[in-house]
Amino acid sequence: MPNENEAKPAGKLNFLALSNDSTVKTFIMATLVCLVCAVFVSISAVALKPLQQLNKELDKKKNILQVAGLYQEGDDIEAAFSKIDIKLVDLATGEYTTEFDATTYDARRAAKDPDLNVKIAKSGDLASIRMRPKYMPVYQVKEGDIVKQLILPVNGYGLWSTLYGFLAVESDGQTIVGLSYYEHAETPGLGGEVDNPKWKKMWVGKKIYGSDGNVAIKVIKGSVVPGASGEEYQVDGLAGATLTSRGVSNMLEYWMGVDGYQKYLNKIQANGA
Amino acid sequence: MDKETKKIILDPLVDNNPIGLQVLGVCSALAVTTNLGTALVMSLALTSVVAFSNLSISMIRNHVPSAIRIIVQMTIIASLVIVVDQVLKAYVYDLSKQLSVFVGLIITNCIVMGRAEAFAMKNPPGLSFLDGIGNGLGYALILMVVGTCRELLGSGKLFGVEILSTVNDGGWYVPNGLMLLPPSAFFIIGLMIWGVRAWRPAQVESAEFKIKEVNGTEVA
Repeated sequence: MPNENEAKPAGKLNFLALSNDSTVKTFIMATLVCLVCAVFVSISAVALKPLQQLNKELDKKKNILQVAGLYQEGDDIEAAFSKIDIKLVDLATGEYTTEFDATTYDARRAAKDPDLNVKIAKSGDLASIRMRPKYMPVYQVKEGDIVKQLILPVNGYGLWSTLYGFLAVESDGQTIVGLSYYEHAETPGLGGEVDNPKWKKMWVGKKIYGSDGNVAIKVIKGSVVPGASGEEYQVDGLAGATLTSRGVSNMLEYWMGVDGYQKYLNKIQANGA
Repeated sequence: MDKETKKIILDPLVDNNPIGLQVLGVCSALAVTTNLGTALVMSLALTSVVAFSNLSISMIRNHVPSAIRIIVQMTIIASLVIVVDQVLKAYVYDLSKQLSVFVGLIITNCIVMGRAEAFAMKNPPGLSFLDGIGNGLGYALILMVVGTCRELLGSGKLFGVEILSTVNDGGWYVPNGLMLLPPSAFFIIGLMIWGVRAWRPAQVESAEFKIKEVNGTEVA
């Protein structure tokens, strides 16, 4: 609490005896208030950092579990997460790599590290993220020894912000289990509807790659007509959020494409996980 | 508790409610009342910020140069808000995610600054602290009432527990979607102010001007 003046008797500090309106006292008071407040804020920020970090980790794990449909409110997150294996994939080859410890690998930091990232050519930068990490973590949901689902981190620019999320895919590397974002700053009620459970449900069972092997999944304008051709590759656009919808669409096109997970997913389709 | 302290704490609940009478802090009251959980956390956050900002400002009130007093108040309030935000992020992460930007916006909540300027600058720390608590409770009271109406009618729940089973879940209650949108809070707060002023006519403000009746040919 900024109570410096209460603690010290007025006689000892002569600036307190100055008129409140003198320039010197104004400067001294301003400096003192700033100092005390700065110390106070810094202490709380530093002291609470570990707890906040822990919460963020848990929240991320919860999101991974949710996108895979493995989480109910109140479940023990750590216990449920033990079913999931984390592996690092080299996106350029689609092979697993053991260069880093996958459990502590931070893809977002790697994306900024010149040794660990790849610049994306402007023409191919569909997700507007400018660079991506060389290696991406892949979360494998296992039942016994069989891989059931792959959870792939994706990110890309919407209207106001970069959206970070996960796409869960069945082990055929083709069928979507879910799409969920754990961090974004889109307009609540419009672009923010990417968090709407009803919209998220529409992704279940959609297919990623068309018959020509290219990414076909798309967020369209308006609603998907049931029974129309290509219906399995289309998801309703968000009303009033054209740019966010387009961002989601583009980010999937990028991350599922050859620059993203396509090589890896092709390998999975050919040889299994 | 003597009469004066009691008055300081209880007055802001009905007789001098910061939202009801002074119509301050309405913006956040619209934003965070879609469910009771966020309304409660927001109320607690605001109450602690007002109480402690009143306390600290009152402590240094005799040495704040009047030329920079608003900035000094803002600095103290802003620091407290950051601390509250950090605490929420550390201990109630989910709720703080829902409250998102609105905790940070307590800085601009007129109630905090209003009490600092109107009360804490002129009164000793103890009383100022209580005044902060009282005004926080007054804010909380409105938020809880609005939150109850909105969550119950809008999603059939209270604190996330189902009270009216909604049609979507196979029940009978058709939720009122309007209740989940910010305008509904406007209506509820308006109705509450109307109710309170009907009950306590002393709160009715005199009109700023009256329309004078004029004859057709007379120039007013």
